[in-house]
Amino acid sequence: MTPTNAYEEWRRAFATSPQRSGDFTTMSGIEVEPVYGPPDAEFPGQFPYTRGVHAAMYRSRIWTMRMFAGFGTAVDTNGRFKDIIASGGTGLSTAFDMPTLLGLDSDDPMALGEVGRCGVAIDSLADMRDLFADIDLGSITTSMTINSPAAVMLALFVAQAEEAGVDRARLGGTLQNDILKEYQAQKEFVFPPRQSMRLVRDTIAFTAAEMPKWNSVSVSGYHIREAGSTAAEELAFTLANGFAYVELAREAGLSVDHVAPRLSFFFNAHIDFFEEIAKYRAARRIWAKWMRGHYLATEERSWQLRFHTQTAGVSLTAQQPEINIARTAIEALAGVLGGTQSLHTNSMDEALALPSEKAARIALRTQQIIAHETNVVNVADPLGGSWFVEELTDEMERQAEVIFSQIMEFGNGSMLEGCIKGIEENWFQGRIAESAYQLERSFNEGRRIVVGVNNFLEGNDDADLETLRITNEDEKRQIERLQSVREGRDQSAVATALARLAREAADPAVNLMPALIDAARAYVTVGEMMSTMEGVFGRYVEVPTL
Amino acid sequence: MTTRVLVAKVGLDGHDRGIKVVARLLRDAGMEVVYTGLFQTPATVASAAIQEDVDLVGLSMLSGAHLTLAPLVVEALRAQGSDIPVVVGGIVPANDLSDLEKAGVAAVFGPGATAEEMVATINQIVSERLP
Repeated sequence: MTPTNAYEEWRRAFATSPQRSGDFTTMSGIEVEPVYGPPDAEFPGQFPYTRGVHAAMYRSRIWTMRMFAGFGTAVDTNGRFKDIIASGGTGLSTAFDMPTLLGLDSDDPMALGEVGRCGVAIDSLADMRDLFADIDLGSITTSMTINSPAAVMLALFVAQAEEAGVDRARLGGTLQNDILKEYQAQKEFVFPPRQSMRLVRDTIAFTAAEMPKWNSVSVSGYHIREAGSTAAEELAFTLANGFAYVELAREAGLSVDHVAPRLSFFFNAHIDFFEEIAKYRAARRIWAKWMRGHYLATEERSWQLRFHTQTAGVSLTAQQPEINIARTAIEALAGVLGGTQSLHTNSMDEALALPSEKAARIALRTQQIIAHETNVVNVADPLGGSWFVEELTDEMERQAEVIFSQIMEFGNGSMLEGCIKGIEENWFQGRIAESAYQLERSFNEGRRIVVGVNNFLEGNDDADLETLRITNEDEKRQIERLQSVREGRDQSAVATALARLAREAADPAVNLMPALIDAARAYVTVGEMMSTMEGVFGRYVEVPTL
Repeated sequence: MTTRVLVAKVGLDGHDRGIKVVARLLRDAGMEVVYTGLFQTPATVASAAIQEDVDLVGLSMLSGAHLTLAPLVVEALRAQGSDIPVVVGGIVPANDLSDLEKAGVAAVFGPGATAEEMVATINQIVSERLP
């Protein structure tokens, strides 16, 4: 028997993969193979998955076009969701407003001026019901970008879906639930790190047991990069956080192979085209090696890093906003050539405001052009074997490994402890701020060019784009609605649910999800659940450093 | 005399990349910079500004709440008898500029404002205030 080579193994895997129907020829009729490379190369679907997690990649299925949306009230956002589905979007992604992200009700004094501005305001089950009205949650996957109150939002989502007749086991989607990067970069924290990690543990354990189609954590580099890190820092901090969640779940008695397949990743697509592609390739390779080699995962699904990509908000310019369409297209293409599983493309007006409906549609159309016109979907990892891209991939991996060693050292061999210690000592925050400062200086000194900002300024004075305006009327309507929910509910059920939540929060051995779901059903508000837990967990205050 | 600036984040907006970069650019220009940290209220910013005896307060606002919160900071300062000028940096639509000016905001730095422009404007505002 002749020994098989990597190519033959790939061939067999490809043959058993689902195949999308399509014309796999160039515009001039040249047939193209699903992948290229010498027979002994690494092929897509092969460990360590540098070239992609599936043998057939986009020959099986195009990525999920998941557009992030949320503004005003739940009714407003429900309308936008329906537009997205009608325009061919294939997944939903919910943006919450600042008060919701920080676990405050819309009538909290700190929420003044923020309700519905950066996302949708969700105060109770009543809002969750409006948010997903007439949308079949059993057939579309839903992502919720929420962290500190992630467990609360999951409870509202489950309660809402079950009320609509969709069993929790059928719910597919992702909870962002990545609290570590909140302390490091996005800064929407409420409880101290260890207490927050207990809630992450509870959601991981709950979804592992009861929601087989749900991704419990979306480990996010996006915000780390937006806050100013380099590509290698984004890569390394994100994967280190991922390792920390694996260790957390392991401490809770879940095996690596139980938890790792439920972690998904979320990366930025910035404007440095090849560096971004190298970053995604290195991410897959590192994750696979560490899951198999360090954490001793035995299932292939545990080794395979799947990720969502969003184009870089921070690369968008307020000047000449229309040119952001070009930036976003280039960034999105990097995500696709890097083998992303889902993609959000930013709208041209997002340096100014939340996107208008037209701008959001153009952003989705940008993905559709890449998917259906350019033919880049026909060949997996088309840049594999490029001397430049392979070298950059190796360099990303080398830089990430240096950072892993440092974090491991902070934690005396534990990535979980290392990440928490790095946060408590402002190490991550300091590195991110330093990288942001260095980059800004390079723009200020003209060493790097940003079109419309420090060069090519003609057109900067053109008439403004029509942007979406959120008025204080939305805030007023939302507060009235919240107050009518509070008046109309069974007050003794609320008191019982909150007493149970406080009692169970005080016992770290208890999983809080059942208590939160019962509270959601009793119309306990997000702010009430969060402040009850804060009474037990305390509040985190960041030491301000420059 | 060294110009002293308090940079602050008011409300729930956690975006602190801009404020940290600006703080360092102002330091590079020789100013003394104090940072309040996140999640401040208009009252805590006003008290900190007075206590630190700064020449100017800089608010970084990226969440769209500037029309609500920036005037409250000016009011809180004036209510405590302070005339410390307040400037805003961040995403402020052109339509909102006149409202901020009416509310007593001394300057607004939008995206693309260079370090030199910020430093020059701050120096001018501070020197106009000196008796």
